[in-house]
Parts: sequence; structure tokens; C-alpha cells
Amino acid sequence: MTPMFAKNTLSALRQKLMNRELSPVELTQEYARRMQELNPALNALISWDTERALQAAAQADVSLPLGGLPIAIKDNICCLGEPARCASRMLENFVAPYDATVISKLRAAGALPFGRTNMDEFAMGSAGENSAFGVTRNPADENRVPGGSSSGSAAAVAAGMIPAALGSDTGGSVRQPASHCGVVGLKPTYGRISRYGLVAFASSLDQIGTLTTCVEDAALLLQFLCGHDAMDSTSSLQPVPNFASDLHSGVRGMRIGLPKEYVSSGNAPEVQEALKAAVTELEAQGAEICEISLPHAEAAVASYYIIACAEASSNLARYDGVRYGYRAAEISNAPGDLYARSRTEGFGEEVKRRIILGTYVLSGGYYDAYYTRAQKVRALVARDFSQAFESGVQLILGPVAPTPAPKLQAKDMTPLQIYLADIYTVPANLAGLPAISVPTPQSGLPVGVQLLAPHFEEARLLRGAAALERAWS
Amino acid sequence: MSMEKPRIDVAYIAELAKLELSDEERERYTRDLEQVLAYVAQLDKWDTQDVAPMCHPLEVHDALRDDVPGQSLSNEVALSNAPQQMDGQFRVPKVVESAH
Repeated sequence: MTPMFAKNTLSALRQKLMNRELSPVELTQEYARRMQELNPALNALISWDTERALQAAAQADVSLPLGGLPIAIKDNICCLGEPARCASRMLENFVAPYDATVISKLRAAGALPFGRTNMDEFAMGSAGENSAFGVTRNPADENRVPGGSSSGSAAAVAAGMIPAALGSDTGGSVRQPASHCGVVGLKPTYGRISRYGLVAFASSLDQIGTLTTCVEDAALLLQFLCGHDAMDSTSSLQPVPNFASDLHSGVRGMRIGLPKEYVSSGNAPEVQEALKAAVTELEAQGAEICEISLPHAEAAVASYYIIACAEASSNLARYDGVRYGYRAAEISNAPGDLYARSRTEGFGEEVKRRIILGTYVLSGGYYDAYYTRAQKVRALVARDFSQAFESGVQLILGPVAPTPAPKLQAKDMTPLQIYLADIYTVPANLAGLPAISVPTPQSGLPVGVQLLAPHFEEARLLRGAAALERAWS
Repeated sequence: MSMEKPRIDVAYIAELAKLELSDEERERYTRDLEQVLAYVAQLDKWDTQDVAPMCHPLEVHDALRDDVPGQSLSNEVALSNAPQQMDGQFRVPKVVESAH
């Protein structure tokens, strides 16, 4: 492995392609070689089709804005003619019959989808260990998890197996693995990017995001991914600004809120230090850091898991063994047996757990006590943020996760303990806010810090992230 | 409304969700769920009397388009992932006995 190559950004590679120092075919060959070399140890990719990628590379038009650049795709986003398994037995043989809107947009900009990244099954998990295709390992320490659920996307980018990847973020699934692997993870505003062709987990929370080696690449990809789409009624009509134009304008005079609830003694020392370093750096660059309060911060995880599981139980009802997906071989002719056998054999443990929780909170007699109540508390969590932004804070700074990447197979953790570690990432999904994880300089394991911005203020978010990155690179 | 310590009939919930559980799984999921539900009971402590439930993070716009036919998947492509197909249709196992 050449470390220099691993650090190649999309913009640097694009420059080489445009200068004809490198052809798209050579670039694809190099990444195919790196996948071959590194994937056996990391298991970041479930599959990749080199022949197909080379064919696309031979046709690539380097005059396009992303011309000839390979991008790995999380296994829950559809690419025409390629598998989309969601790392589940349920979709093991599923071949996408169409391109997701993000894939059409990437192709239109000249990019080459290459490689299906491993993930927690149906994006349910935060360690990358709930995959039917085996655990993914963290390139920074192979005895540790890469985080999840976009485990393979983060690990592949961190290891230099691909310059950038798409992920999805329902409760932190882009930002948290980015933090654990030391890459940049961007979750845009809910509705900023069309979800057409993203396999649904929790539709009021799901958003496609990017994993890149630098903030500039996140801005570059976002530029071509967002915009209204008639195929997704929740995609936003908001105009799309130029995300690169203000990227390096700095944070002088900016007010950045630090929620007192986020500077918790429950955070690992490395996380507290990362936060402190971010505060010092932002202040040094002329930003004003002010303490704010998000009084309902502690309620976010409870609200999130009720809503996410309720929506998942409904969304995953479509896997019934009839139209696509796994069908059990042995079925009695009892009504419903086809559904029950296929679902029982096709879904993994955590997916079943969440379907059961979701079914429970939606069931007769509990709907109002749990689901409606969670939606009301969701409104309170969202209101905390709008009040903070109305008070004059332009960005909010916080941790991404309470700890660096845990060791593999922490089997002594209960599901509840695992869910509680999502405390800093789920609020952005509940409120629909854009948020980004930026790596901090570390001598040990990677640790990211998170910035959050008001709805559709990705340009400001990226500007704050670029300021941190510039200081630390 | 108060959320008392729930007594969960996981077998019934699994039936609703069309999942079959072994005895061991039923026990495990009951334990996990009781723990999660005991935790989420904290939602009770927030005053939500005058709060409207939030079902969507943004203002929802009118998403209806003109009712004109667009392009859709061909019959062949739509069936391409079917576990079984016949005569251009999804094929499923028989679940009713014949009348005679």
C-alpha cells in the first residue's frame, strides 16, 4: 500500500485525470488492486465488479465534474444490474432493477459507482457487526469495529480502497463510522438528497450522506447529489447553492454553540479532549464559542428508537417472500406460513428485535403511550435546536460518539447499552438537521467532532468543518 | 398517560409481525424489550400536553403531480427478482383447498 495514494482526494485525482497523468481505466485498476489487497482483512466491501467498472471507466468523460472518479456505494442503495443486499439474507439474490436517483446523478456527473460496501443489516446497528456477510474491521485497528451502519463505506475510504463512498444516516450511520475510522462523514438536511432507490429503514429519518477523506470532497459530492426529485415526494424544493464558493471563508465572527448537555462526564477522555481541541481551534480562528442548552437532549434516544423501530416495522413488512427477496423453501399451505417462514429465515437477530419493538409500540393500546408520545418528544428535541439557532448561534459543536471505536464482539453489551451510545447523533435525524463529523488529530484511535447547522445551511456547516480541517491537516 | 412496567406478550407481537421465535429467542427478546421499554418510560416525564406530534422533520409541500402516465418498469423487469413466476405474474404457493 502506498500511503500517498490512500490520501488522494477526489479533487487531487480529478486534477491528475484532467492533466492526463492518469486515465480513468488506470485509476479504476489501481483501486481494484487495492480492494483485492485490503478487503480480505477488512471486509469493507461485500462485492465489487472490476470488469463492469473498467468498462464504465473506458467510457468515462473526464471533462465532466466527477469524470472518471470511482465511488463505492452502500449496499442499501440501488445501482441498476448490481446486487443490493442490505447485508441481509433477505436480499441476498436481489439485483436492482433501476438506479437510485443519487446513482443517476453521480453517473450524469461522470462518476463511476464501484463496489458495494458492507453494512449493518438493513442499516440497523452501530458497529458493522450485524451483517449477514461478516463483520467489517477498522483500518486504524483491526481488532476494533469501524462503527456503523455505514461500516464498509467508512472503512473503505479510511483504508484508501476507494476515494469516497455513499452511506445512509438514519440515526448517525454516516457520522459515527466516520468518527471511528477517521474520515469526514456528512449527513445533509432531511430532504436535501432524494431517497428514491435507497432501501427504506425509517422514512422520516433516513438521509443519504457521504464519506470522504476531506471536507472539500464532501462539498463536491453534495453539489451533484442534491436537488428536488419527482420520485421522492419528501425531497426538498429548496434551491441548491454552490457549496464550494464559501468553503474557505473561515469562521471569524461566527457564533458557535456548545451544548452543556454534550460536555458530559460520560464521554471518554479522548472525546472530551477532541471537543476541547475543537473549541480552542475555532476560538483561535475568531469564532465565539458560547454555552447553550438543549434541555431535551437526554430524551432523544428514547424518542428515536420508538420512532425508528415503528417505521422500520412498517417498512420491512414488504419482505413477504412474494415479489422479491428471500422465500423459504419449505412452506406449509397454512395461510401466512409463506410470510412467516420467509421472514424468520431471511432476517437477522437485530432486525427482528427492532421489528418486534416497532410492532409493539404500534399495537393496539400502546400506540398513543409510545408512538404518539415519542413524536411529541421529537418535537421538543427539534424545538431545542430551533431555539438555539434563533438565539443567534450559527453552528452547534458536539461529540459524535461518547467513545472511540470499541473492540470487536463486545458481546456483553445489552441492546439498550448499544442504543444509548447514539445519544449525540440521533438528534440531527429527529430534527432533520444537516450535520458533519470531522476527524481530530489523534495519536491513538480516530475521534471525530460534530458540527450541526440549521436546515439547508450545509454551506455554513461545510465552512465550519473546513476551518477545523485546515487547522489540523 | 402513564407507562407502567410493561408485561409484554412477545409471542403475540411476533405473530403480528409474522416472525416465528424459538423459546430461547422469545425469552431473549422479552428481556431486551422490557429493558428498552423501561428506559423509554422516561418520555413520560416531559410535559407534552400542548405539543403536536412531529411526524416529519420539515414542512411538507404538495407533492401531487398531474395525472399523466409516466415510464414504469416493464413486466419482465418487475418480475426479475420474483422467487417464482409464471405467465408474467408472481407465483405463490396455494393456500386454499379446492372446493371439492
